[in-house]
Amino acid sequence: MPRPEVLDWLRNRFFPHMWCPGCGHGIIMHALLRALVASGKSREETVIASGIGCSSRMPGYLDACTMHTTHGRSLGFATGIKLAKPELTIVDVMGDGDCTAIGGNHFIHACRRNIGITAVVMNNNIYGMTGGQASPTTPLGAKATTAPYGAIDPPFDVCKLAQGAGATYVARATIAQPLLCEQYIKNGIANKGFSVVEIISSCHTQFGRKNNRRTPVDNLNFLKNASVPLAKSEGMTPEEIEGKIVIGEFVKRNAPEYTELYLGLIARVRGDKV
Amino acid sequence: MPRVEFWQGNVSLAHGALAAGCRFFGGYPITPSSEIAEVMAEELPVLNGRFIQMEDEIAGIAATIGGSVAGLKAMTATSGPGFSLKQENMGLAYMAEIPVVVVDVMRGGPSTGLPTSIAQQDVMQARWGSHGDHATIAYAPSSVQECYEIAIKAFNMAERFRQPVLIMSDEVLGHMREKVVIPEEGSFPILNRKRPTCDPSEFMAYKPDKADNLPPMASFGDGYRWHITGLTHNEWGFPTNCTEEIAKKSARLMDKVNAYRDDIVEYETESIDDAKVIVLAYGSVARTALSAVRQSRNKGLKVGYFRPITLWPFPDREIEALAEKAGTVIVPELNFGQMILEVERAVHGKAGVVQMSLVNGELFQPSEILEKIEEVAR
Repeated sequence: MPRPEVLDWLRNRFFPHMWCPGCGHGIIMHALLRALVASGKSREETVIASGIGCSSRMPGYLDACTMHTTHGRSLGFATGIKLAKPELTIVDVMGDGDCTAIGGNHFIHACRRNIGITAVVMNNNIYGMTGGQASPTTPLGAKATTAPYGAIDPPFDVCKLAQGAGATYVARATIAQPLLCEQYIKNGIANKGFSVVEIISSCHTQFGRKNNRRTPVDNLNFLKNASVPLAKSEGMTPEEIEGKIVIGEFVKRNAPEYTELYLGLIARVRGDKV
Repeated sequence: MPRVEFWQGNVSLAHGALAAGCRFFGGYPITPSSEIAEVMAEELPVLNGRFIQMEDEIAGIAATIGGSVAGLKAMTATSGPGFSLKQENMGLAYMAEIPVVVVDVMRGGPSTGLPTSIAQQDVMQARWGSHGDHATIAYAPSSVQECYEIAIKAFNMAERFRQPVLIMSDEVLGHMREKVVIPEEGSFPILNRKRPTCDPSEFMAYKPDKADNLPPMASFGDGYRWHITGLTHNEWGFPTNCTEEIAKKSARLMDKVNAYRDDIVEYETESIDDAKVIVLAYGSVARTALSAVRQSRNKGLKVGYFRPITLWPFPDREIEALAEKAGTVIVPELNFGQMILEVERAVHGKAGVVQMSLVNGELFQPSEILEKIEEVAR
């Protein structure tokens, strides 16, 4: 049972939620709320933004300043909010299609700017809400309603993409490690710049039924068994890593945060004493 | 002494926006609107405002809407292709009732078309470009002075009605230099969005006040927790499938503006009282039209001039009355006939409506309009 201070963050009026029973996203929502509570954040000073998709319905359930925007564009809106009010804590929850397909451009530019937003990428390897179409993270060979003979498009590695584009905190966990999810989201929020926490989620309804992971338990077992900690993976060959999910913190570095730079620019042009 | 400047239309428009209280600009470079972003990049930090050049047009308006949600008066500016790209997020601002000003400095299309040449081909897109029904407020300035003044009005209307307000400028106006007399601060009204006064625990983000059918708007970070969504929503702001709630919200998006149509509609006329022919034109074309009307008056022809300042809402009732009296309306436009459809709708067949279309990247010559006036008047 969630703790009362976590339950405070739920909009009971909005329930029941629209996720399928056994959906992985609830585990992520709980981890996010524990991370926000552990970080001492107030609901009035926290913005949760999202785009479109199953994962993007999350903000509606959360009793904070929440914004459910257009498909793939949530980071654009979040960037505007953060720039206008840098004192706010901003978390952007997004799905794999939202983040890496339609929103790919916004994602890499948010990484590049290193603006103080934490992106929680809920990757279930599929477009769930629209009926199980292939996404840019659908594994090679996996079946989807738009890849009935198996996906032939090479998938993105969200963490490598974020690292290459300049994010200053990048980590990955799966829903089979809920405490790690909480820890990484908390670390992401603590990072001043742009943080990416990829959480491998599951969609037994749309992905599982076509790929021999029909039940939520099948998916959790799969994710548990496929997970390899980063330190362990470093001693493994590419063949051994094939098909595994490397979890851990990939990037933790300091770089100037965008809104701090902008406020510095304001002070400079106004001749204020910094 | 009032300050006098010699400005391009784009520069004037940007300064008008700043005078209106614009403190956020998100944009992306595009000809012929880029000067607006350039002025904003230079001036906003000085005013403790925010400028950001985003990765594309879509993100430009997304950031602008975000800035408004956080409480700043916000604007973006673009031209044809960028105006197309912004339509979806404009839809979010209509649905979620977020005030923003969107400037389209019109150039020739379709597609990349004529980046450095004038056209008036986006005026119907202004009305119908974003999918789904919503009310539209769109201005068409026709002088550099008016760029300044309309920027202020556009912000006032956006803040009052909580929705996007469009300024349909054009390439000639954007780049033309003219004298601008800067109105003294305090000489023009400045409207700000209505804020909630209730306890945050009682805040229903989309419950309209009875008096004006508009809900007060909180800002993120000012103590109120609320939900914004592009889904059709109830008065709590939560998505709904309830037919009554859907009908109520959908109707209010139209009614909140339509009920105040007379407060919004603006137009200008000259020598209209005894006119037998009216030339109706907007934007830069109105300049040519006015010149032709004055020349024809000098020739003794009874010709009047009508310039819609708001394209949307269109001054239809006003045109109907005048056109019926006059008998003929000539509508020169730099497209193959867009606002003329509204003129035809407005006159209800009570007057002849004569189309003049020019789509070659240039303005009409006054002589061309004069020729048409003489042909019609004969």
